[in-house]
Amino acid sequence: MSIRPITEDDLQAYVDGVLDHERHRNVSEYLLANPEAAKRVSSYRSQAAALRSALETVAREPVPSRLNLTTIAAAQAPGGRTGSLRLAAAAVVLLAVGATGGWSMRSYMLTPTEGVASLAQEASATYGTFAPDRLRPVEVRADGGDAFRQFADATVGRPVTIPDLSRAGYRLMGGRVVPTAHGPGLMLMYEDDKGSRLVMLTRPMAVDQDKPMVATETADVKGWSWAKNGLGYSLVGSLPHADLHSIANVARSQV
Amino acid sequence: MNDLLLQVEPMIPALRRYARGLVRDAESADDIVQDCLERVVLNWSRRHDDNPRSWVFAILHNLAINKLRQDARRAGSVPIEDAPETVGARSPTQEDAIYGQEVMAAIERLPPDYRSILLLVSVEDLSYAEAAKVLEIPLGTVMSRLARARERLRAILESPPSQTSTAGSYIRRVK
Repeated sequence: MSIRPITEDDLQAYVDGVLDHERHRNVSEYLLANPEAAKRVSSYRSQAAALRSALETVAREPVPSRLNLTTIAAAQAPGGRTGSLRLAAAAVVLLAVGATGGWSMRSYMLTPTEGVASLAQEASATYGTFAPDRLRPVEVRADGGDAFRQFADATVGRPVTIPDLSRAGYRLMGGRVVPTAHGPGLMLMYEDDKGSRLVMLTRPMAVDQDKPMVATETADVKGWSWAKNGLGYSLVGSLPHADLHSIANVARSQV
Repeated sequence: MNDLLLQVEPMIPALRRYARGLVRDAESADDIVQDCLERVVLNWSRRHDDNPRSWVFAILHNLAINKLRQDARRAGSVPIEDAPETVGARSPTQEDAIYGQEVMAAIERLPPDYRSILLLVSVEDLSYAEAAKVLEIPLGTVMSRLARARERLRAILESPPSQTSTAGSYIRRVK
């Protein structure tokens, strides 16, 4: 009986000791005949062992008291934030933070001048500044009440719709006023249950009052921007364009 | 709630270990673990993943990657791979032994994507499928990334001392 050719995946699985008995034997035999591969496998095994032993001390340290789960849970209990957030996030858009797909967006790229292009740039800068902020990412928290809505309307200077992205698995955290060269903008920040954040920037548009959705990209921040009835919208995040696009469509369908 | 304690509490040492592997500074690593635990408590009832371990690790992973990005931005966007050399000199007699400090210095020179796959698979003993969930990448990508990461780490560890420790020997000479 001939055996299936040994693949690179087999070698990795051999290193990790997860092959079944027979395949393991096949790989062992292969390695006897292939010293170069055997050398690699042995090097990978010592890497793994060295990493494990280097980090072993961390796992053996007593857990600091600030990481006491009971205390953390107790501290969060009275707020009751969880209750209001039972979102039916069934239609989950799978999010790959920072994953860069092979989707070339070259032809869609914009040269930022004004209009939607500059809005996209402002949104990207806003994301870069506030999305990583763990202390105070938003200025006004969304609490589901009127206060937040009033804040949003006042910022933009007219009634605005605040898109609900819970269908895509994102809940609204809150917002903040962002200064732009074209007047104050409203930043809305959303977060999924894995801590991945999206930012939507909205402001009145002088140029590009109505404009179909275009893709933008600065560094590793992707975005989709459009304008409707004189208001511009730019949704940005560190997601692959395609994933972000479907979330942007959810937002656009509401405004 | 009891469920949460029962399932998550035993993971805490491993979570600290993974955070420390990605973000070397102990204080920052624990900050990330704390942030992670807060999110775990907050979102426990609405997790849609029957494997709490990969779910919790995914939260931790995303927080750690955000932190690394934030640091890189502050440092003027120096890509991790191009960060200056920190590996100490290896004496020629250590040919086969890889020591802890050395391997930690070496993984710091890998891009975060490579570092995380190595830590998840080799240190945390996650299955390839679990690692795929944590990193939100397909299984095939887990395998190819793992192979590339191991090969890159081998190249760093096996590169001759003359190339890896110029800064170190210079300092010693001056002293």
